Order: sequence, then C-alpha cells, then structure tokens
Amino acid sequence: MKLWRRSFDAAQVATKPAQVYIDEQRCKGCGYCAEYCPREVLKMSTELSPRGYYLAVVDDDSKCLACGFCEIVCPEFAVKVSSDNTQ
Amino acid sequence: MTGDLNMENQSIEKYLRQDRLPHIWCAGCGIGLAVYCFLTAIDRAGIDPDEIALVSGIGCTGRVAGYVRLDSFHTTHGRAIPFATGLKLGNQKLNVVVFSGDGDLAAIGGNHLIHAARRNIDMTVICVNNFNYGMTGGQVGPTTPLEARTTTSRYGCFEPPFNLPYLLSASGASYVARWTAIHLRQLERAIAEAMIKPGFSFIEVICPCPPIYGRMNKEPNGLDSMHYYQEKSIIRNGADPRETAIELNGPIVVGKFVDKKCPTLWDHLRQVSDRAKERAKAKA
Amino acid sequence: MAENQSLVGEFFLSGDEACAEGAISAGCRFFAGYPITPATEIAERMSIRLPQVEGIFVQMEDELASMAAVLGASWAGTMAMTATSGPGFSLMMENLGLGIMLETPCVLVNIQRGDPSTGLPTMVGQGDMMQARWGSHGSYEIIALAPSSPQDIFDLTILAFNLSEKYRVPVVIMSDEAVGHMSEKVVIPYVAPENLVGRRHPRVSPEEYLPYKPDADLVPPMAVAGQGYRFHVTGLTHDERGYPVMTVEAQDRLVRRLVDKIRVNRSDIMRYREVQVEDADIIVCAYGITARIAQMAVKMARDEGIRAGLLQLITVWPFAEERIRELSQQARAFVVPEINYGQIVLEVERCAGDRARAVLVPHMGGEVHSPDTILQAIREES
Repeated sequence: MKLWRRSFDAAQVATKPAQVYIDEQRCKGCGYCAEYCPREVLKMSTELSPRGYYLAVVDDDSKCLACGFCEIVCPEFAVKVSSDNTQ
Repeated sequence: MTGDLNMENQSIEKYLRQDRLPHIWCAGCGIGLAVYCFLTAIDRAGIDPDEIALVSGIGCTGRVAGYVRLDSFHTTHGRAIPFATGLKLGNQKLNVVVFSGDGDLAAIGGNHLIHAARRNIDMTVICVNNFNYGMTGGQVGPTTPLEARTTTSRYGCFEPPFNLPYLLSASGASYVARWTAIHLRQLERAIAEAMIKPGFSFIEVICPCPPIYGRMNKEPNGLDSMHYYQEKSIIRNGADPRETAIELNGPIVVGKFVDKKCPTLWDHLRQVSDRAKERAKAKA
Repeated sequence: MAENQSLVGEFFLSGDEACAEGAISAGCRFFAGYPITPATEIAERMSIRLPQVEGIFVQMEDELASMAAVLGASWAGTMAMTATSGPGFSLMMENLGLGIMLETPCVLVNIQRGDPSTGLPTMVGQGDMMQARWGSHGSYEIIALAPSSPQDIFDLTILAFNLSEKYRVPVVIMSDEAVGHMSEKVVIPYVAPENLVGRRHPRVSPEEYLPYKPDADLVPPMAVAGQGYRFHVTGLTHDERGYPVMTVEAQDRLVRRLVDKIRVNRSDIMRYREVQVEDADIIVCAYGITARIAQMAVKMARDEGIRAGLLQLITVWPFAEERIRELSQQARAFVVPEINYGQIVLEVERCAGDRARAVLVPHMGGEVHSPDTILQAIREES
C-alpha cells in the first residue's frame, strides 16, 4: 500500500521521529505489518531467524508517522510503535 | 531498527499473560488480531478489567482464555455460553465475554448460542470464523461455504453454511455485527460498543487460517486472505441480515446489522423476582 | 422464615421438595436445570423459592447447559445446584468432569429411575451408582451420598453443600424416585450461617495467588471471578498457576492430587449407619430407599433368631472399604439388595475378599424390594 497524499503543512511542520520495535521472539513473519504500512517503513528480512521465520524488520523509520496500524495488524503482539508525537 | 523495548510497559501488554507468549497460533492467523482489538477496546473504553470474566471453548480460538490477564475460563467444547450464563447470573456485576470459534459456537454449541440470544442475556460473544475446525486439522464446519475444500469435504463442501448474523438476529440478539481481520479499527469500536451495551451482543470476525483452510482454498498465505477481505468486503451498516450470506470467494458484507434496545434477561428476571417477594410478603 | 429465609418448622414434604428446602437452608442461591421425571419437582420448587430468597432459577435448554451454568455460577461465587435423573445424568457427565478438573464446588442431584436409557421414568431404580463414580472419563474421586427418606435428603443436601465447598469437588446426591416422590414429615431446623462450611478464600494478594496451590489437606483456596485475582483455569491438564502444562509430570501431580484430595480426607467424608452389627453373622449392606426395607428384613431375621445386622451406606462414594474389610472378619456373608443387577455388590465383594460372601439381591427396577425377598436371602446364608 502506498500513501499518495501529502499533508498541507508538510513543508512547515517537521514530524518528530517515531520508532518501530519488533519483538524477534514473537514475530512469525506473516508480513501484515510490512504490507499494510502506508509509508513502507517495514520490509521482510531475507535471512531466516533462529526460529525459522523471515522476520519483519524496519527498513526506514524516518518515514514513520506513528499511525500505529502495524501494531494492531500484528497477530503476534510483536510490534510496538513509540513516538513523541502528541499532535 | 528492531530493538529490545521493554514490552511490559506498553498499555496493552498489561492485559496479556507475558509468561505464556509467544502464543501457539500460526503465522498469519487472525485470532491474535481479534484478541488485540478486544484488549485495545477494553483499555480505551475504560472497562474495569477486574470485572471482566472471559470464557472460551475448545479450538484454536478457545485458547484465547489462556493468554489474557483477566479472570478466564477454558471450558468444554460448545459449552462456553452456558458456563458464561451461569457466571453472569451468579454475579450480575461481571462483564462477561465469550471468545470462541465458529465450530465451537455454531455446531456443538449451536443450541446454547440461540438460547442465549433468545434470552438477550447481557454478555458479548466474539465468534472468530475461519470457516473450519482449525485445531483438529481443518474439517468442515457449520460456516464452511458451499464447495469449499476441507479435510472432510475433499470434493467440496456439500452443506449450505449458516449465515451467522441472520441466525443471531432471528434468535433475538440485540447487537449483531460482522467485521473481518482487516477491519481492525471498526472491530475495536464494535467490541467496545458491544461490551458496554446491555443485552446479548454477537460479533462475527472473519479471520485467515493460512496453513489449513487457506491452503486448501487458494489462500495459502495470510496475505492472500487479507487481500480477499480488502477487495471483496462491502461495508453496509444496517444491512438486512438475510442478505449477508457468504459464498466461496464471494463478497463479504460487513458492518453493524442489528443494534436495538430491548429488555435484557435481568430486566425480566427482576420483575419476576419482585413479584415473588410481594406475594410472599402478602401471604405472611 | 428464618433470617436466611429458609423455612423453619415441621412440614409434610416429598423428597424432591425437601431436597430443594435443604439447598435453600444450605445457602444455595442458583439453580439451573431441565425438567425430567422424577426430579422435575425440585426444579419447580426452586423456581418458586429462589426468587423469594434473592436467588436465581433458570431453566436451561438441556442438561449439558444446566451443568455448565452451575459451574459458571459457582465460579461467580454463588452456591449452585442442578437436579436430574438417569438420561440427564449421562448428558451431564462431560461437564461434571470439567467441574472435577476445575475443582468447582457444586451439587448434582440424581433422582434415579428405572433404566437403562429412557427406562421407567416414573418408577424407582438405583442403576446409576457406578456411573456416579466412573461416569465421566478419566481418573478422579467424587463424593456421592444416598438418602433414604425426605428428612434424610433434606439433611444430606446440606451436608452435600458443606462437603462440596470444603473439598472443592462436585458432590452427587444419588437419591431415587421412591424417596423423591414419597411424602413424610420433615423437620427443618434453623441452620445458622456459621454452621455452614464455605469455600476457603485466598489468603494472599492477587500477585501471589496461585489458583491450584493446595493447602495441607490438598485443597487449594478458591478465588472467584470479579475479585481482582485475574486467574486462568482450564480443563486441560494444568499446574499450580492454572496454566495448561501438558507434560507427564504435571499429569502425575494433578491427577494424584485430585484423587488423594478425597482419599486422605476419607475419615471426615465417610458416613454410614449401623444397626445390630456388633454380633452379626449376616450383614445386610444397603443404601437409599432399599436400606429402609433392609432394616425391616433385619428385624424379621432377628425375630427368627438369626444374628443379622444392617450397614447402611450414607456416603456410597468414597466406598466404605475399611469397614467392609473389618466386618468381613466377623460376618459370614454380606447380603446386598439393590434396585439394579449388581453394582455396589461388586465393591462389597472386592473388599470382603474370600473372608465373607457377597450375595446380591437384585431388583431390575420399578418397585422397591419386599422385606421377604431380603429375609429369604438372609435365611439362605445363615
């Protein structure tokens, strides 16, 4: 999914960085978070984890807006988004 | 970067039994999504977790009781609803939730399901529908679409399935909704609404079952199922439940179909109880 | 009515009605049941009485739901009961097993009738005795009481609740249609709440609480839903945390404790009544309605000079193994009349060994024994 809109005040307002954490013990590589992130912040790793999964990893979290969809679309409770954004 | 954030502090984590994770559900299984929506709903709606009693039956969805840090009961196959009825009648302050699967609730538990709806007893039933009996390997169930393949319908299912919103609405439920695993925000809102609303609430959640039902029905990855829900779901709030049947690979009507106000079992019971006490007093 | 709103005084009640009053006196405030002859009157009386005492009566859609609802109500903190007969008893077996596994206090009344299957709905039987012990799948121990009169069923219903709450085990009252449908004088005393045994509450904080960590008597204190303990319980094999642990070690620990919980406390649970047993050569071992006829037969035998005695089993399960073994040293034979084709006689035979004979006096069902039938058997053994 690609996000095609830009907010009106994108030039004036800098969003503070948000961070995505993925628990490697819980992730089973289903790919939902990477697929449904509107900003393509996440991708699937090409290396097998010790538990035999291709984990989701953060590709570029400078684009993350902390919408939180990756967190709720993860069936493993493995993704957490933390951000200082209060707006 | 994948970090080692202390998961315990996150607000939903406090509702999970940390010592039981990672859970047993398969990669891409939708049950975890339903659970996360449920926990977010109770957190955001400010429902007191000490008053929640969660009851589940047998099956993959039945395992939900074991992962939530609430008073939870993992009971016998099909009997979660009558057990929950006993809990609610034994202590009306409890906020009773039944979390179970399509086979557990609509096949062996079917009788209890319709009677609880008929009574309009104050509880919320979340039915995770993955169209088969997952735990035992993927057998046909009462919601398996016609022609779908399962391990006990290898040439295609020859039984028409239940249309659960129709069944529950006809039985008397005062809140009936259906969402899929992709409609997470709507599902969370529906669960919060249902738990706060007095009366019998039923929410069907269509979920992927990638290694079993999915694999046998052209949705081998969870993402295949999620794309299907995305493309073929039609949101029709207030739709007539008679028109919400699901055909194999066909459109899935989602939304809130029934939301009516009617007396609950407790309202009727209280009337009867008051009458009994008056008569006893009159005799004395 | 007394302050706990039970009736107090002398009444003329049927066994079914007395059972319902016993439950109310014991503090039972939830009944979920399904109509079945000859237990329906218990449900009907509870439907009248429970709303009067702020309790809840609900008729469920079937017996499976009834037993499940009883367990649920008990886990909500309310003392709960159901009543049925043979066919419903069979339907309740799976959830009875759940009640045993979850260690749920509750009472299940079986007013036995002619069986197997639909049998003789309106006539007496005693054919479910082994089923009371072994009806649900798996290894477990249960407590079963056998009343022989309306007064007896009143008293034993209170005892059933006390034992059930104390030992966190479902208690089965194995009555029969004769007792259920006969009417006799029942004296209902005032039962002070402090004389009732309630379940043991947790003594630690929710953070420290383990749902299945037993006390010294092998019974764990019980938290109920809504108290903030946030426990999880399951019918799967579990450990002290209540979590499913499907290992050989957990199975061994759990199953042994569930069984030993009853076995080590036998002396507190076991009850029987003896009449003229001290010097008896022939001991009639009977339970339920049959014990009353047996007592008459013993009197008639004594009048003929035969040294006969009566051992009336009040707790049928756990079975009175030690007493039978003791008595088998002195008696020549046990005469066991039952309204079935031989169930408790098998236990008597097992415990008497080859020291004494165990003689069955069966009746297939439909009516009670006549004293002469039992007397004849006594004569043949003397």
